[in-house]
Amino acid sequence: MDERNFQYMFYGFSAAWVVIVIYALTLFARESKIKAEIDRLKSMLEEKDRK
Amino acid sequence: MRNKLVYILGALVAVLFVRNLYVILNVLPDEANQGAMYRIMFFHIPSWWTAGLALTVAGVTSGLYLATGKMKYDAISVSVTEVAVAFLCIGMTTGMIWARIIWGIWWTWDARLTSALICVLLYGGYLILRNGIEDPTSRARISAAFNIFAFVDVPIVWYSIRWWRTQHPQPMSLPPEMWSALLWNWLALILLMIIFIKMRLRQEEMRREVDGLRRLAHAI
Repeated sequence: MDERNFQYMFYGFSAAWVVIVIYALTLFARESKIKAEIDRLKSMLEEKDRK
Repeated sequence: MRNKLVYILGALVAVLFVRNLYVILNVLPDEANQGAMYRIMFFHIPSWWTAGLALTVAGVTSGLYLATGKMKYDAISVSVTEVAVAFLCIGMTTGMIWARIIWGIWWTWDARLTSALICVLLYGGYLILRNGIEDPTSRARISAAFNIFAFVDVPIVWYSIRWWRTQHPQPMSLPPEMWSALLWNWLALILLMIIFIKMRLRQEEMRREVDGLRRLAHAI
């Protein structure tokens, strides 16, 4: 392979992957936050029911 | 079951990306003027195509929401738009890195780049707008209207290189092996887009559950 500008091609590929990974991590983090909120609300409702 | 589908698609995407990277880096011939740099187009172009496809779906589902009032269309619109913004960001960053080497500048205000930046800002604004509206029905109605308004920019981005003289390259004829690599990587990105949309849609369902539980908690 012609290696002229290989470094910048690598930066370009990396940039694409960084965006994908950051977005995937954001999705995972958000999902666990919503799950925690659902659990909190459910336990709060159960507590209210018991009273 | 849904998780299983996401995992299967994820494995398929991983295999496709490994195969595509091998072809892009080792099989394809060199380009005379740009050196290795031209290989960025195998991510840059399919990212824009993927974003364009997603934004078209979002425009259609926004229209369907306004026509029917069904919240599932709103959920699809926001999920697809958010994923499209991620692909727009890939298109922008890879394009800017390519431009820095080939043009000697990171950015120029030509019609393609400017309309593309407006596209990113419009859809970024759509996502911010949604966070600012509390009532779910108003949020869905206003953001559907905004999404359709924003979609006007998508064909402008697409045709800008034909309508105006731009520094951005015009559509070019590629050898069959390069077309093949481009389409294979587009397939990988489309599958990745489907995975992200499925994950994002599940979050919308969970959010509706949170809203329901909150209403119940207030009612008790």
